[in-house]
Amino acid sequence: MPGADKETDLSERIEAFLADLKRGGSGTGPLRGSGEMARETTALLRRITAQARWSSAGDLMEIIRNEGRRMTAAQPSETTVGNMVRRVLKIIREEYARSRGSSEETDQQESLHKLLTSGGLSEENFRQHFASLKANVIEAINELLTELEGTTDNIAMQALEHIHSNEVIMTIGRSRTVEAFLKDAARKRKFHVIVAECAPFCQGHEMATSLSKAGIETTVIADAAIFAVMSRVNKVIIGTQTVLANGGLRAVNGTHTLALAAKHHSTPLIVCAPMFKLSPQFPNEEEIFHKFVSPHEVLPFTEGEILSKVNVHCPVFDYVPPELITLFISNIGGNAPSYIYRLMSELYHPEDHEL
Amino acid sequence: MADCGEANGPERKNEIVRAKNEEKELTKEEKQRLRKEKKQQKKQKEKKDDKGSSEKSGREKTLDPLSASQVLSTQSPTQKVPASAPIPVPPSGAPSHSSGAPSHSSSGAPSPADKPAKSKAELKAERRARQEADRASKQQGSSSSSKTKAPASDLNPVVKRLPEHVQVDDPAVVKRLAKKLERQQIPLRSDYGYKVSLFSHLHQYSRKAPLTQLLSIPSSVIHPSIVRLGLQYSQGIVTGSNARSVALLHAFKQVIMDYSTPPNEELSRDLVNKLKPYISFLNQCRPLSASMGNAIKYIKKEISNIPSQYKEEEAKTKLLECIDKYIDEKVVLAAKAISKYAIEKISDGDVILVYGCSSLVNHILCEAFDKNRKFRVIVVDSRPRLEGREALRRLVQIGISCTYVLISALSYVLPEVSKVFLGAHALLANGYVMSRVGTSQIALVARAFNVPVLVCCETYKFCERVQTDSFVSNELDDPDELMVTRKGKTQLEDWHDLSTLGLLNLVYDVTPPDFVDLVITDLGMIPCTSVPVVLRVKNVDQ
Repeated sequence: MPGADKETDLSERIEAFLADLKRGGSGTGPLRGSGEMARETTALLRRITAQARWSSAGDLMEIIRNEGRRMTAAQPSETTVGNMVRRVLKIIREEYARSRGSSEETDQQESLHKLLTSGGLSEENFRQHFASLKANVIEAINELLTELEGTTDNIAMQALEHIHSNEVIMTIGRSRTVEAFLKDAARKRKFHVIVAECAPFCQGHEMATSLSKAGIETTVIADAAIFAVMSRVNKVIIGTQTVLANGGLRAVNGTHTLALAAKHHSTPLIVCAPMFKLSPQFPNEEEIFHKFVSPHEVLPFTEGEILSKVNVHCPVFDYVPPELITLFISNIGGNAPSYIYRLMSELYHPEDHEL
Repeated sequence: MADCGEANGPERKNEIVRAKNEEKELTKEEKQRLRKEKKQQKKQKEKKDDKGSSEKSGREKTLDPLSASQVLSTQSPTQKVPASAPIPVPPSGAPSHSSGAPSHSSSGAPSPADKPAKSKAELKAERRARQEADRASKQQGSSSSSKTKAPASDLNPVVKRLPEHVQVDDPAVVKRLAKKLERQQIPLRSDYGYKVSLFSHLHQYSRKAPLTQLLSIPSSVIHPSIVRLGLQYSQGIVTGSNARSVALLHAFKQVIMDYSTPPNEELSRDLVNKLKPYISFLNQCRPLSASMGNAIKYIKKEISNIPSQYKEEEAKTKLLECIDKYIDEKVVLAAKAISKYAIEKISDGDVILVYGCSSLVNHILCEAFDKNRKFRVIVVDSRPRLEGREALRRLVQIGISCTYVLISALSYVLPEVSKVFLGAHALLANGYVMSRVGTSQIALVARAFNVPVLVCCETYKFCERVQTDSFVSNELDDPDELMVTRKGKTQLEDWHDLSTLGLLNLVYDVTPPDFVDLVITDLGMIPCTSVPVVLRVKNVDQ
């Protein structure tokens, strides 16, 4: 039966996606950028909307929430997956509200007045059935997909506003966003880039070769030399894995040192992060904040005799507090870290913060 | 000094002086004649220096700075020399470059007005009287000489010549160095790879091309233990400030043991000259560290202070004793003293962070563990040298419980750290700490987390240089070491082909004094800013 086939097909795809997520995080699978991950997640959610069986918005949201929970459990460090799920949930709410005809503003925020007058009953249970809901939601998700595809270009277009000639720019590790940003600026301006290699994965090497092939003067330095060369740096431009709800960052390890050194020399720290990286998490949740990989990267098994007697840590991420950041450049423009909470309220509904 | 020279010298000089004073129009021939005479005198003087007796030349050497200072302070009332006749400076000032000549003229030439009155014999008598007075005062070593020396040295501006290894971008300096090395028969090491423009004033060598490859066998100029030492330095087999200095001193002991004074030479002067090409060679293998520089200064001073009446065997045993005493005092006993102070700072339950492999810090931790302090250690390491693994091995062998991380994970481990112990390569006179690259970063992040930073450093590593950033004077290591092969791929394999790509492998960096809370030295626990005080105390002692 076509219906059953579609369902099994859908669940197969979901399983394949989850397996991919699990593998990708451990470093053995193909290393994919967050942009790709976001697009794949959104495409999958669109497929679920199209093929799964649901009758009202509430059902759809339940289905998507369940799948979202499974996806984030598969790879907690990949926050873009969770972010996309929340975006889609918000889209569904909006489309539902539009179909019902009520204006958007009244349902926006939980105001104190609303809390007191509502009497504790939540009015919305999304049980009404609308025929055009499916089509509207899918259209909105398509718009989201187009937005996702253009984020890197949108950010790169702003490069010339921030980089002048003969600058020395410092970056760490490998970020595709920053790479595109610098390459776009290099078309018109001449500047020098210093890349910190970011041990133990040394992704900075890849970044440096790619930048120098584009004709940019690049220098690779070891992580230990970050503070030593910082006095000659004019700007620090970095990418990040996640932007947290307080405006802080969850970035590759070594970024906190870089941010502190920049603050000491009063060098501006610019973060190039597209909006899909914005996550409603706060940094206090210790258990899910840090991610560790095999200590073999730090102390290889060849050092066998001492390996059993020492503790070796290899964290992947660093927390950078918002006071050290000067500017966020995203696909919707430049923002200060203190504005991030506002952007978040536009992207996600408060009830979806906990999936 | 030979009499004939003496006789000619002051005479000619007086002629010149007189001619100038009388403001005669010197014709071209006379000028040429004067120039030729000056050249002859210089040559004669140099010849005399080479084969003259040590006493006289030694005295002349001590005479020179004194007479130079006399030239500067003619009006000063503290005339050291009980002058039979005042020694005014000829108003024109003998226009010659060598320092010998002005002393010659000022000591040899009394006022032009008096010249016809004094005969050669009287001049000689004056000079001898002055030399006796100098010798007497020098032997006294009394406060009077030091008193007169002190104002003289204050007036003398300390003209520090910039070391060659930070002027690589100046072709004149490079040429001069090449000529000097040729003279000493030492091969010149060539730079390797693309140098980052910010560091074009420094050398960058490749580890795969050691200097010893260019030496001919058998090499007659350089002692084999020095060749071995140079190779060990350039290949990184002997690393660390203390290890390098001690290895250097042991090699010099070998050199001294094998040394024999050639005939007609004085040990105190010839040995110093023998050491100069060795030092150039070692400098070419790897730039000298501050501790090595201080050790070399000490040895040279000891050698030149050998009294001439010592026989060769006596002198050699005395020198060997001096070197042993230096190592013992400055390295071994200093380490003991520093451990004693540092152990007071380690309490039970501490979590101590160390960086890289500092022999002194390892020693402190081992001592503390022996005294049954309960603590654990976090060893931070960095690419590409990965020296922390060596420290880790030593600590684990003793039984200290250790954690090991790379420097990029610093923000992750620091919240649980109670103290940071750092070693130093040198302490500069403005309070900056020069140490392995990455130390300043550790101090910076520790300060952000409010963790106290303690630097442990022996006093023989204090140096008089000042520096505010890590660019002006540093060492560039082999850039190829930054390459790494992960999962079978080496990203930077072809970095030579990419003209816009540069690799920077720094060795040292400087830590500002506001990041350092305490410096533990063998003289006690001092703040970073007291370094020039210690230097002054040391100088006065010596």
